[in-house]
Amino acid sequence: MDKIFRVNMSDLSTKIEAVPSAWAGLGGRGLTSTIVAAEVPPTCHPLGENNKLVFAPGLLTGTPAANSGRLSAGAKSPLTGGIKESNAGGTAAQMLARLGIKALIIEGLPKGDAWYSLHVTKDGVTVQEETELLGKGNFAVIEALEARLGKKTGILTIGQAGELKMTAANISVKDPDSKIRSHGRGGLGAVMGSKRIKFITIDDQGAPGVKVAEPEKFKTAARTFAKALLDHPVSGEGLPTFGTNVLVNILNEAGGLPTRNFTYGQFEAHEKISGETMHDTIVERGGKPKHGCHAGCIIQCSQVYPDKEGKYVTSGFEYETIWGIGADCCVDNLDDIAVADNLMDDIGIDSIETAVMFGVAMEAGILPWGDGKGIIRLLKDEIAQGTPLGRILGGGAGSVGRAFGVTRVPVVKNQGIPAYDPRSVKGIGITYATSTMGADHTSGYTIATNILNVGGHVDPLKKEGQVELSRNLQIATAAVDSTGMCIFVAFPALDIPECLPALIDMINARFGINLTGDDVTELGKYILKTERQFNIAAGITNAHDRLPEFFTTEPVPPHNAVWDFTDEEIDEFWNF
Amino acid sequence: MQITVKLFATFRAGRFAVEPRTYPPGTPIVEVIRELDIPEAQIGMIMLNNRHAEPEQELHEGDNLSLFPLVGGG
Ligand code: SF4
Repeated sequence: MDKIFRVNMSDLSTKIEAVPSAWAGLGGRGLTSTIVAAEVPPTCHPLGENNKLVFAPGLLTGTPAANSGRLSAGAKSPLTGGIKESNAGGTAAQMLARLGIKALIIEGLPKGDAWYSLHVTKDGVTVQEETELLGKGNFAVIEALEARLGKKTGILTIGQAGELKMTAANISVKDPDSKIRSHGRGGLGAVMGSKRIKFITIDDQGAPGVKVAEPEKFKTAARTFAKALLDHPVSGEGLPTFGTNVLVNILNEAGGLPTRNFTYGQFEAHEKISGETMHDTIVERGGKPKHGCHAGCIIQCSQVYPDKEGKYVTSGFEYETIWGIGADCCVDNLDDIAVADNLMDDIGIDSIETAVMFGVAMEAGILPWGDGKGIIRLLKDEIAQGTPLGRILGGGAGSVGRAFGVTRVPVVKNQGIPAYDPRSVKGIGITYATSTMGADHTSGYTIATNILNVGGHVDPLKKEGQVELSRNLQIATAAVDSTGMCIFVAFPALDIPECLPALIDMINARFGINLTGDDVTELGKYILKTERQFNIAAGITNAHDRLPEFFTTEPVPPHNAVWDFTDEEIDEFWNF
Repeated sequence: MQITVKLFATFRAGRFAVEPRTYPPGTPIVEVIRELDIPEAQIGMIMLNNRHAEPEQELHEGDNLSLFPLVGGG
């Protein structure tokens, strides 16, 4: 039977609880958001004793379903002040699922100055005091813990940024190669740091494993699903070959590649940081152009990027990071961007928030435009050291904007706007404005339909159809985020008719239930409404469902487009 | 007339990244695709002067034409 593991850091006690019946049909984001909404007072301080940090594997995690190994983390966000769910690959989700752990809930705050670690096994959680690894970066933590507990240990860890409770801090998850994937957005690393937990280790020895109620039905559906993933040109060929970074040239052509802190929609040196160049560079230097973030990923959008000598520099090198440090900061050297990516993983700071932040920092005159080496220096000498400047930078784009009086600060609900200009790709602007998460492209990825012609086409420069597109995608995404699936299954799901029914069949076969497509849509709506209710009670209303003013007054070339939705038009989003 | 053709991702293999090319006035995009020996089914996106375009659209002097296979990210 699945269980809830609960840890109270105030008295260092741990409990194993039965799963309340209302939570039984939930997993991933649906479960973390339900638990946060039920148990966290919306007005609490995100770094205080009333916030809770919740981890939950998805409904299909731990089964042989392709791409189902993602872990959701949830809490009240110290960055946005609203609810947060952030999901990541790595090995932890499948281990927790095999242990029958439906959710791990961490609550309370320790009284003294001591730091702790949690160790999760089939018998429960133990809390131990930790001294040795304090102040260490994530790679050193992983190396030390593998030496201490064995290579197979699952690890969730925070770097210096999390220890210092920076609002851009993330939670790192060990991947199958002992490298890092991240619960990136929303400052969840600061929540873990506030609870004075440096790391969580997982040992799945003796795990009961995931029981599938109807194995034959599951197998058939899983095969259909995997075939759809491999048949679709985006998930079957595009993502494995070029990674997500293929988008640099595409967004540049579409005039939606935010450049120089969202001043232009095209970057002169786009070719030097493009997915095509990155692919050729990786192959030439003997790296790995494709790589999965968890066992069972058959898309493999990740990669291993080496330096000129063929030595590892970074992996999981994503478009949003490359765009942000690259075009948005005008850095045209992919090697510098790769070094910065690895440093951000090590320090444990969200690479999207931090990249957007550096664009604002350059606007503020902290660094010259294009100074990749300067970014590396600030990461190492200021942020990782927790100097006063480092703490301002580690607070993200909004923090730097406030500290330095910058007016062009691309954030919604204080979370940095990623990689796609909302003036020239208007659907994603609706997603940024309305998402319960703050500016988050993954929560309703209209780029698929606005730019990539997946799931039809809605003209990115016109207002028509964008609210509906974003709404449909946000509802579907909330449901998919509950399955443990990587969001890239959306590409085949939007185009191949058998894909989504196969996904639902797998859920049905896993639990012996009979969900329909409508039930899944209802689940998505329930999740969005639950999250929104939490936000409203926390003081975040439709007045915050807005883009920063400069988007309405500064036209972005080459289309000279502005953000031109009225408040009423945006508010239509919630009409469901 | 002269236009600039840009190819992306897998379309570059054995072809080129950017090239100025000459065609008779009024040539539709689909002719360029054929001439470059790109199977039409592989076309994911066509952009003409930074806007999405259809294969039947006619080209004009100085146009920028970009051809992408079906790719994506996020
Ligand atoms: S496609 Fe990419 S993000 Fe998705 S599971 Fe695979 S490696 Fe992870």
